[in-house]
Amino acid sequence: MSSEELQILGLTLRTAALSTLLILPPALATAWVLARYRWRGKSLIETLVALPLVMPPVATGLILLEILGRRGPVGGWLHRTFGVDIVFTWRAVVAAMMVMSFPLLVRAARVAFEEVNPRLEQIARTLGASSARVFVTITLPLAARGIISGMLLAFARAIGEFGATILVAGNIPGRTSTLSLAIYNLVQLGRDREAFRLLGIAVVIAFIAVWTAEAFLRRTNDAHRA
Amino acid sequence: MTLIVRDVVLPLADFTLEVSATFSRGTTALYGPSGAGKTTLLELIAGIRKPRSGFIGMDERVVVDENTFVPPRHRRVGYVPQDDALFPHLSVRQNVFYGGEANGDDVIKVLEIEPLLDRSVRKLSGGERKRVALARALVTRPDVLLLDEPLSGVDLALRDRVLEYLVRVRDELPVPTIYVTHHMQEVEAICEEIVVLERGRVVEQRTIG
Repeated sequence: MSSEELQILGLTLRTAALSTLLILPPALATAWVLARYRWRGKSLIETLVALPLVMPPVATGLILLEILGRRGPVGGWLHRTFGVDIVFTWRAVVAAMMVMSFPLLVRAARVAFEEVNPRLEQIARTLGASSARVFVTITLPLAARGIISGMLLAFARAIGEFGATILVAGNIPGRTSTLSLAIYNLVQLGRDREAFRLLGIAVVIAFIAVWTAEAFLRRTNDAHRA
Repeated sequence: MTLIVRDVVLPLADFTLEVSATFSRGTTALYGPSGAGKTTLLELIAGIRKPRSGFIGMDERVVVDENTFVPPRHRRVGYVPQDDALFPHLSVRQNVFYGGEANGDDVIKVLEIEPLLDRSVRKLSGGERKRVALARALVTRPDVLLLDEPLSGVDLALRDRVLEYLVRVRDELPVPTIYVTHHMQEVEAICEEIVVLERGRVVEQRTIG
């Protein structure tokens, strides 16, 4: 790989990994609440969470641009308070990845939580365990494989993110140009051979992520059957 | 220890559970056909379900009344559900000591758990699972033990053995016990009292023998 390719790959993997780690706590909390509680208006939250899956990514990017830009509510506050800019930096790459992969992780974690027999949690409580201990010692370990599988899918989705990223992070070679954006760039410039090399890398990463995720899920199903 | 259930009301799909009963020392059978509300009553006592109204007390301790709902973790109730509910990802040892180890040595001796301790719960037989579930509940030194059809899911050939263990628990670790079953032989083998439940109501309570 050329140094340029390494740089693109490094940026992509780093931002996708950071995005996946950052969405983990809120995604688990959301998934757990959706799996365990019922309330009026729950379907509204479910729909909102799923929205980035079905909205045009460019539209999601436009919303992010408004919110995170220097004149936007969040971006403006960050700029004034910490002197930190989001838009057109690697941080915007991460933000776009987070929003786009969040629903995938919530969905996977929710299914994983729903598959944990509530009976086990109830019995743990009768044995004197607090809600936090029940979650950490019973719910989380039993849902772990499903959650890890969801993280891999979220990671893969983050790597493939294009539409929202190009709006909110631009496509700045060496700074915000991830694998997907770089492929687009190279094709635009007629450098097809290099584009295909990056395509190969993208396919390998996606293949490994999905294959590993499926393997985790298979083992969960086997374990549940045992 | 005396467990008092008074005017506990909970609407269910087919009927409304309305129970008053007193369970004192020894083993009391909670007897009745399937769907009579036996498991539901155990869940109400364990705090897994909330009644619409009523009173549950253990000696001087109010567990449920108009203004009180003691959560399951503070009830000091040992609950062994019909499906054992062993934690599948933990070893036998981790299961048995999940709630503490106050009573560990005695329980392990009586139920002969020692040789099972380092096994995975996935590799236990039906009878062994029952013993481990029973040990896990007893180790916390509960004020009352709730057994939901402890012989169901155990091979016919092994039932007598599990029953022997239950008798040993009764004799050597005296805990007031409510024993849910719909088999009269089990009632006669182990229980001193019987409470008969039908469609959510107590229709009979008497001593046996």
